Amino acid sequence: MADTKAAPPLAPLHTPAARSARTVLLRRARELALVPALLLLMVLGAVVNDSFLTERNLISILGASAALAMVVLAESLVLITGKFDLSLESVVGIAPAVGALLVLPVAQSGWGTEFPAVLAMLAILVVGGAIGAFNGVLVVKFKLNAFIVTLAMLIVLRGLLVGATQGKTLFGMPDSFYSLATTTFLTIPMSVWVAAISFGAAGFVLKYHRIGRALYAIGGNADAARAAGIRVERVMLGVFVVAGVLASVGGIMQTGYVGAISANQGQNMIFTVFAAAVIGGISLDGGKGTMFGALTGVLLLGVVQNLLTLAQVPSFWIQAIYGGIILVALMIARVTTGRAQD
Amino acid sequence: MSTPLVEARGIVKRYGPTTALADGRLTVLPGESHALVGRNGAGKSTLVTLLTGLQAPDEGTVRFDGEAAPPLADRDAWRRKVACVYQRPTVVPELTVAENLFINRQPLKRRFISWRRLKAEATELLDAWDVHVDPEARTADLKVEDRQMVEIARALSFGARFIVLDEPTAQLDNREIERLFSRMRALQDSGVTFLFISHHLQEVYEVCQTVTVLRDARWITTAPVADLPRAALVEAMAGESLETIAEQAVQERIVDDTAPLLLDARGLSSESFENIDLTVRRGEVVGLAGSSASGKIELAESLTGLHTPTSGTAHLDGKRLPFGDVQAALNAGVGCVPRDRHAQGLVIGMTVGDNATMSVLDRLGRFGFVGTERKRAVATELIERLDVHTEGPDQPVSDLSGGNAQKVVMARALASDPRLLVLINPTAGVDVKSKESLLARVDSAREDGTAVLVVSDELDDLRRCDRVLVLFHGRVVAEHEAGWRDHELIASIEGVDHG
Repeated sequence: MADTKAAPPLAPLHTPAARSARTVLLRRARELALVPALLLLMVLGAVVNDSFLTERNLISILGASAALAMVVLAESLVLITGKFDLSLESVVGIAPAVGALLVLPVAQSGWGTEFPAVLAMLAILVVGGAIGAFNGVLVVKFKLNAFIVTLAMLIVLRGLLVGATQGKTLFGMPDSFYSLATTTFLTIPMSVWVAAISFGAAGFVLKYHRIGRALYAIGGNADAARAAGIRVERVMLGVFVVAGVLASVGGIMQTGYVGAISANQGQNMIFTVFAAAVIGGISLDGGKGTMFGALTGVLLLGVVQNLLTLAQVPSFWIQAIYGGIILVALMIARVTTGRAQD
Repeated sequence: MSTPLVEARGIVKRYGPTTALADGRLTVLPGESHALVGRNGAGKSTLVTLLTGLQAPDEGTVRFDGEAAPPLADRDAWRRKVACVYQRPTVVPELTVAENLFINRQPLKRRFISWRRLKAEATELLDAWDVHVDPEARTADLKVEDRQMVEIARALSFGARFIVLDEPTAQLDNREIERLFSRMRALQDSGVTFLFISHHLQEVYEVCQTVTVLRDARWITTAPVADLPRAALVEAMAGESLETIAEQAVQERIVDDTAPLLLDARGLSSESFENIDLTVRRGEVVGLAGSSASGKIELAESLTGLHTPTSGTAHLDGKRLPFGDVQAALNAGVGCVPRDRHAQGLVIGMTVGDNATMSVLDRLGRFGFVGTERKRAVATELIERLDVHTEGPDQPVSDLSGGNAQKVVMARALASDPRLLVLINPTAGVDVKSKESLLARVDSAREDGTAVLVVSDELDDLRRCDRVLVLFHGRVVAEHEAGWRDHELIASIEGVDHG
């Protein structure tokens, strides 16, 4: 303690307990930044429309948001590691489509292999993981720019889907393709449960497992992470694969929710995904953000979408209004968190 | 005599054709603070990368405590022996201090991280080494000195008792430096050994017991600090004895004291420098010297519009020089060779001609259109004037050697016929012949009546100046008329002749 005598300016540091309590509180507050906005929207919805706060409507919001939630979860993991994956929206389309093509007979524009349903479901996840691995290898091993690689993959995969289905919509798949959206547990669709559990598990791993912490370390300072003995390349590759699998699950949910697979399933979804992630506090620079934040981002957009439908906004205008609300939400998030959204 | 904690012998390290270290030696005894000094390019950083196991020497051996150094791949073994605190942070800014201390080795409880134990162990570690930092603080919010202490504590927690501090004082103010030193002394008492690298020799005398001098990639001497007076240390670094210095004196030029002032800057201040007055006469060449943290580059960049001072004024030929706007500075008659030709000087994808004429395109045509023929002609003339060895203005600038590329940068600075020419490290990484040719341009610019400001680490560049101002921690501390001796200038750059 010799230096404390020599250096009186250290004195203000002598209340570390009070200061740390305040900083912890502040950090929590930032995580919860969107909750007031969400509550405000709910109140607004209840005032504007009687049917908004009914159990049926709330469940339908959750059901409609489940697929988006899975993709936001996937994208958030990639973003926290400091990378991008734009191709996830095409995975949402092509992964379940491959599964469907494997089970459907030629007469229904399938490949005629007529796989059993279980195997097809497995194939969907494998396709998602394989696409993620391909992206990962290009980005991590060959050091190509993640943004452009996955943008190219977005286009390629969409083109493959259109080519393989001749642009036709696939339907008539076995029940297992729809069961996530149609079966319920405690009146809530299975897809919502799956999404909730996935978010919970991801949040837990990110907070309480070394691998999860490694994502933040890599996104924050990859050199420091490497110096600390984290296998940066391997972890990044793994994140791409996991993201692909999660997006393919999102694809199955979307299929069940819609009841068929069109050639443009998931198209333009990535914009909403990024909006939800950034509104929820995930940094595009990597190393920042929580699963809870991302989830509030998803719910916020889900509620807005629902309110717009309930308010019977003419469908021609709905996009403009939706985009405007995303902008406003970003601004509010910027003000309430007090941090630059870089 | 006890076994040295670190011993490096006969170290040779080459990077391609350049020999970064020809005869590196270092012997550090346990419990001392050992200074490693030398001018830029003397081989200090190379020696550090070898000592911390980031690279292997081509020849020679490194031993720790009498044992051979571990293989490069065994990072854990290296981490238990030595750690380096660089100027660049090696922590993750968004994570808490506690987590940075135990990154990738967080304490687990049933395979998952126990945050309670992590905090407890971090607190214990910080307390054990008397580091007053809140373990729950976001690392990005720490001050530089606290961040350094966190990195030191992390290194100590691996078991390393040999810590390399690479210019730790560069970003600290005087009070912070004092605190760092008192902490270093306290750690030294607890058995930690330091290798201290600094450009400020007075710091060496303040905190170190032994000093090793490197010069031109070679070991020069190792001696107890007490036995090596400042003059002898400067002599060892500068590589010349007092007898030979007399021969180096450059013949004095006749300075026209009546020539009008072209540049007249008053009271310039910013984060990097304070209250600086600077005048350059017509046809005068003024040098600016100082260590890397002295603010000399920022001062020069202020005049070219790359850096905005917080207060003060500058007049060029009687007209107010605008700050913070490169285009405006250019129009006012300032030509500039920026500090780093790769980062700021050249557009690598473009041709020699495009690069040379980039700043004068508005003169080569009307309404923003550029006349191709005019441009070719101007570029060809510049190429001849500066003796650039190129196939012609259409050759990509990336094909050129360092010296020729630098000539293109110089050509661009001269293209606008500036009244004030600001040259920042104009001969960095350039071969001897190109260097002569570049410096000859300074002389011809002077004869044309241009005012020239040369900022450089190279004594050869500064020798041509009519006078050299030395900056130290943002203040002008000395002014040397032409004919100064190397050791005098080095002494004022390193801050040993004033205290």
